[in-house]
Amino acid sequence: MTPDLIIVGAGPAGVSAAIEGRARGLAVLLLDENGAPGGRIWQALEARGAKDADDTAALRTLGEFRASGADARWRASVWAIDPDGTVFWSDDRTTHSARGGFVLLATGTTERPLAIPGWTLPGVMTVGAAQIALKTSGLVPSGACWIAGQGPLLMLYAVQALRAGGRLAGILDLSDRGAVLPALRHLPGALPAFADLRKGLAWRWEIARAGVKWIRASDLRAEGDGALSRIRFRAGGQDRSEPADLLLLHDGVMPSVQITRALGCAHEWDEAQRCWKPVTDAWGVTSNPRLLVAGDGAGVGGALAAACAGRLAALGAASALGRIDAASRDTAAEPLRAARARYLASRPFLDALYAPRAPSLDDNTMVCRCEEVTAGQIRQAAKIGALGLNQLKAFTRCGMGPCQGRMCGATAAEVMADARGVPLEQIEPYRTRFPTRPLTLGELAALDVGT
Amino acid sequence: MFTRPDNGSLTLTFEGRTIAAREGDSVAAALLANGIQVTRQTPVSGASRGPFCMMGACFECLAVVDGRASVQTCMTAVRDGMRVERQNGARGLGTGA
Repeated sequence: MTPDLIIVGAGPAGVSAAIEGRARGLAVLLLDENGAPGGRIWQALEARGAKDADDTAALRTLGEFRASGADARWRASVWAIDPDGTVFWSDDRTTHSARGGFVLLATGTTERPLAIPGWTLPGVMTVGAAQIALKTSGLVPSGACWIAGQGPLLMLYAVQALRAGGRLAGILDLSDRGAVLPALRHLPGALPAFADLRKGLAWRWEIARAGVKWIRASDLRAEGDGALSRIRFRAGGQDRSEPADLLLLHDGVMPSVQITRALGCAHEWDEAQRCWKPVTDAWGVTSNPRLLVAGDGAGVGGALAAACAGRLAALGAASALGRIDAASRDTAAEPLRAARARYLASRPFLDALYAPRAPSLDDNTMVCRCEEVTAGQIRQAAKIGALGLNQLKAFTRCGMGPCQGRMCGATAAEVMADARGVPLEQIEPYRTRFPTRPLTLGELAALDVGT
Repeated sequence: MFTRPDNGSLTLTFEGRTIAAREGDSVAAALLANGIQVTRQTPVSGASRGPFCMMGACFECLAVVDGRASVQTCMTAVRDGMRVERQNGARGLGTGA
């Protein structure tokens, strides 16, 4: 099998790239871990149906994708990509590979870990997790549920849960009040995306109208014997304690860089979003000319900006493969670039308003959930000479469990930077390796390498 | 906890107990819908864990599904008659086939 373009991920960037690629005559293979297109933001939208104009537009895009003739493989979990463009994946118990002219990663983001004492207790989850449970299974919180952290997704989920009949005990706003003033500097630049800002204010108002408590808080801890039963926090100068059977944490999202890191692609530090992202050119091409990245995985900008980036990447690939000339590529790209810039206009304001805060973790707080490594153990490793996260692995096994550092990388780097007294971007991040997800020997042995 | 008006007509077992699920549920979502928060105990300290990210990234929701160990329940669709058991500690040799 030799598709022109292999796309990993069927969110807004991936499906848009597939539509554009097919329209330019490319043979497109799309792989996604889920059972249907949509990624996170449009997850299960075909099954749920449209509730507003945004949903209707998204459903139209998904419909175009379904009709595009792209070869889509669902429940396909990619575990390795060779530098020559060969992609390896498993579905159920079979293993496959295909070599593409280009490989486009549209793998989006994961939530930035918000490590607090007790966050490994069952009953503590992420806001993104609860949103997936709502979208795919109609699950709503039933009462003793607290949401804590910061960011647009936190408010959006609260609104969605309330509209679906869910009940919330309260929202703990852990954002930095000091971030509001610096953020205002970016407000004029955000005006082209005024609709987004108005949406945010409307959510806040809807939450207040539903009678959900909004509490500025700090020093949050989760407690319980074997599962969450209580949260403690500081608010208004007082220590408070509340019963809880569900605590949902959120502190924004970060590009998933497992695959680009494993391939040794160049990455750059994004100070505003306090994360690493792969270096890409105007067509999404990374430092590996066969590998492209589009959407939030190349820097967080939201669904509509991601859709434009997906189309741009497909145009670039079509041109490089000689299916369209550079002039028609550029003509088609122009309106996409303009739209993308408009969608990104509110980003500097949002990034400043919800700037991730360096965590101040006590020594007993778990950082690596898989290997159960605490902040204190990381500080101890730094003290005896570990300089970066890769040495930290050897000293403590931090980041060496099944999640392969996805849940601890950002926090471990923060703790290490603080312990060593150096800027965060000077801490060498995890060097990930393929397979980027655990693989059984059976899956490996079943690999058909005859193609 | 989570709740929903209708828990569906599929049935699976968790630790031998019959629970209901809806077509389109992941195994993890079906467990949460039935008030089940603990899917495993860690190999390191034996601490209880349950679904955390629901998107295949954290590997906290691992369980034994139809005899197969270390299954990511959030990425596995429910099927009628499925048997789910907690995964306690590291998976044993010979249970992964």
